[in-house]
Amino acid sequence: MAIDLTQYKTDFYDEMLAAANRSRTFAKTIVQQLRSMDEDELSLRQDAADLAIKEMGITFTVYNDEDGGMIDRSWPFDIVPRIIPKSEWDSIEAGLIQRVKALNLFINDLYNDQQIIKDGVFPKEVLKDSKNFRPQCVGVNPPNGVWAHICGSDLVRDSDGVMYVLEDNLRVPSGVSYMLENRLITKRVFPELFESYAPLPVDDYPTQLYEMLAGLQSSNKKRPAIAVLTPGIYNSAYFEHAYLALQMGAELVQGSDLFVDKDDCVYMKTVAGPQRVDVIYRRIDDEFMDPEVFNKESMLGVPGLMRAWKAGNVGLANAPGAGVADDKVVYAFVPEIIRYYLNEEPGIPNVPTYRCMYKDEKEYVLDNLDKLVVKPANESGGYGMLIGPNATKAERATFAGLIKSNPRNYIAQPTLGISTVPTVIGKKVEPRHVDLRPFILSGRKTTVTTGGLTRVALRKGSLVVNSSQGGGSKDTWIVDMEDGD
Amino acid sequence: MLSRVAENIYWLARYVERAENVARLIKVNSQLVLDTPKGITPGWEPLVNITGLDEIFTDNYADASERNVVKFLIEDNNNPSSIVSCLCYARENCRTVREALPRSAWELLNELNMFVQENARNGITKKGREDFLNDVIAGSQQFNGLIGSVLYRDEGYHFARIGRNLERSDMTTRIIDVRSTDLFDDDLIESRTLDALQWISVLKSMSGYQSFRRQVQIRVSRAPVLDYLFTEMLFPRSVLHCLGSVEESVATFVNSKKTLASIRKTAKIISGIKTENIPKSELHESIDEIQLGITHIHQALSESYFL
Repeated sequence: MAIDLTQYKTDFYDEMLAAANRSRTFAKTIVQQLRSMDEDELSLRQDAADLAIKEMGITFTVYNDEDGGMIDRSWPFDIVPRIIPKSEWDSIEAGLIQRVKALNLFINDLYNDQQIIKDGVFPKEVLKDSKNFRPQCVGVNPPNGVWAHICGSDLVRDSDGVMYVLEDNLRVPSGVSYMLENRLITKRVFPELFESYAPLPVDDYPTQLYEMLAGLQSSNKKRPAIAVLTPGIYNSAYFEHAYLALQMGAELVQGSDLFVDKDDCVYMKTVAGPQRVDVIYRRIDDEFMDPEVFNKESMLGVPGLMRAWKAGNVGLANAPGAGVADDKVVYAFVPEIIRYYLNEEPGIPNVPTYRCMYKDEKEYVLDNLDKLVVKPANESGGYGMLIGPNATKAERATFAGLIKSNPRNYIAQPTLGISTVPTVIGKKVEPRHVDLRPFILSGRKTTVTTGGLTRVALRKGSLVVNSSQGGGSKDTWIVDMEDGD
Repeated sequence: MLSRVAENIYWLARYVERAENVARLIKVNSQLVLDTPKGITPGWEPLVNITGLDEIFTDNYADASERNVVKFLIEDNNNPSSIVSCLCYARENCRTVREALPRSAWELLNELNMFVQENARNGITKKGREDFLNDVIAGSQQFNGLIGSVLYRDEGYHFARIGRNLERSDMTTRIIDVRSTDLFDDDLIESRTLDALQWISVLKSMSGYQSFRRQVQIRVSRAPVLDYLFTEMLFPRSVLHCLGSVEESVATFVNSKKTLASIRKTAKIISGIKTENIPKSELHESIDEIQLGITHIHQALSESYFL
């Protein structure tokens, strides 16, 4: 039986079909392709993709309840790509560059003059309560004033068709390796579509990452020693750490492979003795990075790393303390931050956000819990959230209590009608919700990945795209084709 | 190269080699069982003795029946040297050094691991055993071939080579030790024929029968086979050949004095063994000495490069 898209129904903005069986201009070819396939062929192609992922060992690590251990699980991938016309992408890209520039100016300002607070644009109390502000970083001036070298911003499209920024990940955003691998898999599964679409390539990222990192060395070596610092194989993103190290030709190190000597320089233990490290792309959170300064119990970090960084002997990406802007309350101020530092209007809007720290906004939130999504300020991975319309009365009551006892820690946003993309479910194609995480690299110049990682909530009706909670991903194609219905 | 990475590659190579050796052992014993006359059975227990894991075995199994031993050696997770365990460890080790090995090496090992996980059950049946074991051996050979033909010749390559050869020398001595003791009763009339059969099986388990025949051309018996397995430099599974490869690789490193000394000391013990009419107890003692030597080589490597 051929794939039937007349039955494709979604109450949301669909990225590919303007209405059941009516594709958007740029999606015509792929929709035709889907229609020309029968159900078996579709599921065969999905199986081929799943097998390729299993054989290539593209995995993420999850905690396994059954045996209480960590296992690495194959990366869930959907073969139908998500397509964005280049004309739209160009403005998104410009908006992201603007946003990350402003965020870096903001972080640098917070750790130095705090002019934005003096000018009354950003409230002092928010900074005072921030979990991710690191007093140890005050007065530091990293190269080019950049703190968040790698940023992953999550975008969603609401029912009105507009793309919004949902959050900025400035600590250790992950997912870029899956973006790169997804492309390889799609090339295997849908080679014929590549000819008609010629999506813009994504594989430049490792080179750009390498160049950005190399720019953080204190000396001027042609081949600086760059290391990717991983918490180890039990970290959910270990695959990515290894992948990026391999793609850049960098060393993949764990904390125990490194030490800081009396000269405040970082060395790695090699079979030929200690070797100096110039730049570290750390994939460990601030708190675990250096037991001398942060969490004393940390076995993952390197004692003395902060000393070495402050002395300018090692480059760190992202800089410690960059996470201060990775806070859902700070997020609510980003439009003001952009206007303040760049004197420009934001290119990509924020989702309207209620800050519970302000009395009137808090009251609105408490009165409308059934309509809102409530998020704690400093959690990632979709944990600790309340999705009002889906929550039980008891859950809403619990959250009301949490908000009242610690208003600064919560923000709320309207439930969005997040857009959908056709997705293979069994032998059929059904709409599933997606977001988009582009990655922005900031060094001497700022670059954005071509597209990014599209994450898809594979469970029917679900909005949770995190791979740890039933999410998968799609290849994202930026195509030079006309937009429209 | 990072010390940790070097150590992981070393162990990875050892585990792959161990999986192959276990597969060879089972394969040859299966043949031997078929070749021996009714009433005389070479048994399966010696295979457990070879791996040195008697304790784990007796804790988990009532007797050393064919089915139990084969299950223990192929798919038992309690046995750290079962084929399934070895390849699982090898894959885990490879996973921690993915960036240091070619992607194709990782994929091959990942697939081999998937294969044994999915097919081990079939591998313990009499019908499926031969094919399964052949696939494990072929997979290991393919891995070594890949390492040999595409790996950049830096320390990583040398640690893989060291791991493989040290494991192989260890297994060769274990096989000699067990197989030279108690297979058949010396008083039996068929003893001479059976003796030959036994030593042929030992050679076959190391893919050495053909080359032995071509080089030595005499009736297969104890002393020439022992010489061949201990010291034949042209046979790539002889203990001395393996240690020679380890020595060559270690010699490319800095800070190699201590390790080289322990290799040479062990090599000297091996060359010194007089195999003609050597009493079983004396052979056993010599093998103990060699095994101790191999342990010392491992310790020297560990202290010089892995810490």
